Amino acid sequence: MSSLQVMQTLAAMVPYGSRVLDLGCGDGSLLSHLIKTRGCSGYGVEINDDNLVACIQRSVNVIQLNLDQGLSMFADQSFDVVLQIDTLQNLRNAETMLLETLRVGRMGIITFPNFAHWFNRWSVLAGRMPITRKLPYQWYDTPNIRVGTFADFQALANDNQLHIETSFGFADEKLVRWCPNLRATTAVFQLTAAPHRKL
Amino acid sequence: MSLIATPQTMQFKPALQLKGGGVLQDYQLTYETYGELNAQKDNAVLICHALNASHHVAGTYEGVSKSEGWWDNMIGPGKPVDTQRFFVIGVNNPGSCFGSTGPMHTNPASGKIYGADFPVVTVEDWVDAQARLLDALGIDVLAAVMGGSLGGMQALSWSLQYPERVKHAVVIASAPNLNAENIAFNEVARRAIVTDPDFHDGHFYEHNLVPKRGLRIARMLGHITYLSDDVMNTKFGRMLQSGDDFKYSTLDIEFQIESYLRYQGDKFSEYFDANTYLLITRALDYFDPAKAYANDLTAALARAKAKFLLVSFTTDWRFAPSRSREIVQALISNKCDVSYAEIDAPHGHDAFLLDDKRYLNVVRSFFQQIQSSSGVRQ
Repeated sequence: MSSLQVMQTLAAMVPYGSRVLDLGCGDGSLLSHLIKTRGCSGYGVEINDDNLVACIQRSVNVIQLNLDQGLSMFADQSFDVVLQIDTLQNLRNAETMLLETLRVGRMGIITFPNFAHWFNRWSVLAGRMPITRKLPYQWYDTPNIRVGTFADFQALANDNQLHIETSFGFADEKLVRWCPNLRATTAVFQLTAAPHRKL
Repeated sequence: MSLIATPQTMQFKPALQLKGGGVLQDYQLTYETYGELNAQKDNAVLICHALNASHHVAGTYEGVSKSEGWWDNMIGPGKPVDTQRFFVIGVNNPGSCFGSTGPMHTNPASGKIYGADFPVVTVEDWVDAQARLLDALGIDVLAAVMGGSLGGMQALSWSLQYPERVKHAVVIASAPNLNAENIAFNEVARRAIVTDPDFHDGHFYEHNLVPKRGLRIARMLGHITYLSDDVMNTKFGRMLQSGDDFKYSTLDIEFQIESYLRYQGDKFSEYFDANTYLLITRALDYFDPAKAYANDLTAALARAKAKFLLVSFTTDWRFAPSRSREIVQALISNKCDVSYAEIDAPHGHDAFLLDDKRYLNVVRSFFQQIQSSSGVRQ
């Protein structure tokens, strides 16, 4: 998720001047990009020590937290946008975190590896778990403990009465609008809480 | 490159009005500075000390071996707080016993040694005293104020008392106030001192006595709370002081941990002032910026304008990470700039004084960013 094109595509989904919470912000490059190019402000949340230092070096506010402990530090609707860029698949309580994302933020932008990409399907059909650029791990050492697909996420969002504003995919760095469940290596969803839903 | 420290003293004539109602007349502050104040006077960093530390933050005294400052691993040339870039100030707080006016000095009002009559001082009073020192040094705005534990409380208080004068605040292993357990530890320590027959209601100086027994117990207790269970077990476990067999004695030192604590207690009782111990633990107890805001920490921190760094240590149970998180949460609610590192270190509260690469890297990065963002020049 480091390529400039992907970053720019995601950044374009964040309204200018937004207050942003980036869950699993990595080295802070996306948040730094949003601050510099879109007048945003906010915080990253990160657990890794090296990433924390990288954020501080970029002058990005960063809070060291284990996301599996929840977002109780952040008040309801206190951010315009909450980002979960390739974070969801590492979380034990992925569904709770999805709801927390839209409790804390008015909008959520969520990306994760799409396990239904045709190559992954073919790989499993051939009897082996896929190893790709997006999924470079062996089955026994992968941090990706939530193995879901583009279509699975649509169902989860619907079950939780979340409104999908936009969804598409990336195949590596290329935008995929048509048949993303089969053709995208990364799924991208822009969500808001459905208006009638009680948060 | 070694840093030679030179303590200096500044006298203050105008009275310092104290929060508790007292007044400090004609007092002095002992301080040290490291590095050079630049022409713009925008590279000053104030270091606030905790319970038993002093103005001697970094460097050594000329010709005195083992005289390193208490935060010498953090502050100095090329260190995380780099004295080649920043002008660093360490100051001893009034009420302490390392040079600034304290209970062992003469009360100008009575001509007698203060002793127990030294007025109660608070974190806020210390910050006011430090601000006067900065005025005298010609420093309007601090590039950063930094402290650990009780020092962190002062750094936090700086950002509230003088929000326009603090660009960055570094609050390490600290808390927005003490919880009941913490106050309880302080009270046991104070009772140990006050009930020592040599204490003489705080006027032991005129009897040429020092309530060493009380100070020893206070220090032993404190020391236990600064370490983690794990570290104590690793360092001492159940190791015996001598041989493999119990002596079956109630009075002899049997386990190594006993010997260690007694040694620490003895050492401390030789140099620390009993009245200072009472004053400083009380300052800890009283610190509670949220109290004036119906215990709403977010409301209390609304005045803060600094960019913050908070650091806590996972095994610190005296100033637990959850207490630092309360501050972080309140700062986030106020949309303040804040970063927070929770360092997974085994050393308990003491960790803030030790060499942990991740911790030192976080502080180093924060100060590098201070330097580049504010264009601090040498």
